[in-house]
Amino acid sequence: MTAVATHEDVAAWRDEARASVARTRRRGSLYVAEYRLRAMRAYGWTIVIGAVGQPLLYLLGLGVGLAAFIRTPIAAGPSGSVGYVAFVAPALLASAVVGVAMEEFTYAVMEGFRWRKTFWAINASPVTPRQACNGLVLAVAARMLVTGTAYYGIAVAFGAITRPVVGLAMPLVGVLGGLAFGLPVMAYAAQMKEDTGQFSIIQRFIFTPLFLFSGTFYPLASLPLWLQWIGWISPVWHASELGRALSFGSSAGGWPWWTHLLVLLVMTTGGAAVAWRSFVKRMTS
Amino acid sequence: MTSAPVIEARALTKRFGDLVAVDGIDFEVAPGEAFGLLGPNGAGKSTTMRMIGAVSQRTSGELQVLGLNPDTEGPAIRARLGVVPQEDNLDMELSVRENLVVYGRYFGISRAECHRRADELLAFAQLEEKARTKTDDLSGGMKRRLTIARALVNEPRVLMLDEPTTGLDPQARHVLWDRLFRLKERGTTLVLTTHYMDEAEQLCDRLVVVDHGRIMAEGSPAELIRQYSSREVLELRFGSGRNAEVEPLLDPLADRVEVLPDRVLCYTDDGEDLLERVAALGLEPATSLVRRSSLEDVFLRLTGRSLIE
Repeated sequence: MTAVATHEDVAAWRDEARASVARTRRRGSLYVAEYRLRAMRAYGWTIVIGAVGQPLLYLLGLGVGLAAFIRTPIAAGPSGSVGYVAFVAPALLASAVVGVAMEEFTYAVMEGFRWRKTFWAINASPVTPRQACNGLVLAVAARMLVTGTAYYGIAVAFGAITRPVVGLAMPLVGVLGGLAFGLPVMAYAAQMKEDTGQFSIIQRFIFTPLFLFSGTFYPLASLPLWLQWIGWISPVWHASELGRALSFGSSAGGWPWWTHLLVLLVMTTGGAAVAWRSFVKRMTS
Repeated sequence: MTSAPVIEARALTKRFGDLVAVDGIDFEVAPGEAFGLLGPNGAGKSTTMRMIGAVSQRTSGELQVLGLNPDTEGPAIRARLGVVPQEDNLDMELSVRENLVVYGRYFGISRAECHRRADELLAFAQLEEKARTKTDDLSGGMKRRLTIARALVNEPRVLMLDEPTTGLDPQARHVLWDRLFRLKERGTTLVLTTHYMDEAEQLCDRLVVVDHGRIMAEGSPAELIRQYSSREVLELRFGSGRNAEVEPLLDPLADRVEVLPDRVLCYTDDGEDLLERVAALGLEPATSLVRRSSLEDVFLRLTGRSLIE
């Protein structure tokens, strides 16, 4: 049976709809983040093992092995030269966090739009495309913070952080580096119809070169100029240098610390803008 | 008192580049009604559903859902709709119950209330024993019921179902129809698309037949059959070579004759009587069947094509 509705009813529906969207309007991003964190529990053990295992392996390998060879002081802080492990630890931390971004802002985005289509379920709810984007980013940032903090803790245990208290900010710098790298990647992933190998190309020809040519294992200045530019545009280099400034008091390349912070903030803001555009376009067409 | 529709579309149009997916359609859906969009794949049904669901912007025309404009108040509209998409988009990694709770959160419903509603909906979807099961392990019919349960978590005014039973076995379809009947009885407005005639006949109070983005006809299933078909249909099979041959002989006997590759359909008010007259002509079909007219016949009449090709 169909009922006959009056115009008063229509006004009531309208009010009801507007009232019921109020909470989501304020907190939609948090709801999406809550969901993503729940979903991450499905592979929670790989997150934990990765976050703890990777720093242990790298710091052991480089700290016990390579550092024994390298006697030349590689960088110096205000209180004198620093050892090799202290030099690489901030960069390893930054690269590990950017690695998380590489993982979460590619396949997870493709999975949501294409493979499992869970983002379309979010799209049918009062959550807006921008909130969906923000929520995903928040959850990934939380995971990056876990990875960065684990790295920090283990590096402190190895004596690789000269100033542990100031160094507490290093995981946050890592997160910023991860966002600076990951948000543009996410914007790209959000408009992809199918992965026909683009992600492995990003992994091999963008992420890996950034890791190798970002002054991670040696000062960027030891590269010829025609390779140094990779570092200048690399979120990994800027996050590493900022991390070094926090850990032992000065960056290896001699740029003032705030310039690195500024570059990372600009990259993150720009990345957020393109990621939003990408999500809005995909979710409203 | 004047009647007001829950959904109102005027000259609603959607283009994707050169492709006109929805070509200026008009319709209204009254509160409590079960309204169907019937048509073949690619007719523009899903696109229409996405526009009503405020996730796809119309190219032109007017559209109001619950008195609101989807372009400017999409989130408010979505807050009061339930959406069952053509393809299940449940989170396969989460448990059955978690899928309901997580989804309720998107509507700003408190965690405690989400859990209470999850209990109710698990009972409604007959999935109580599966509450802790990983969603990936459910059967197709169960996943579909969970998708419907999830769409009800915000107690929507309008439930939108895109091809609700496509791909399900007959038994699972009947279970699902039974659940949808119950919602109808409770007064939930249903908007559904289907390319199954029996589904449209079972569930819809009123429907529009859509083809190539346009509305071909509108009415209740019974009205459409009355208007576009005869009461009964005599289906005759003479073997693929001869079906076309006998058409001139059958034509004067029936109201209308349709020759399909595998059979001839003769439209008439009395199928048994027609069969006797066919036999009197000395024609001997390999098989014959008298049945009531269905929406399939309406569609064939309107478009000259069969719905499921």
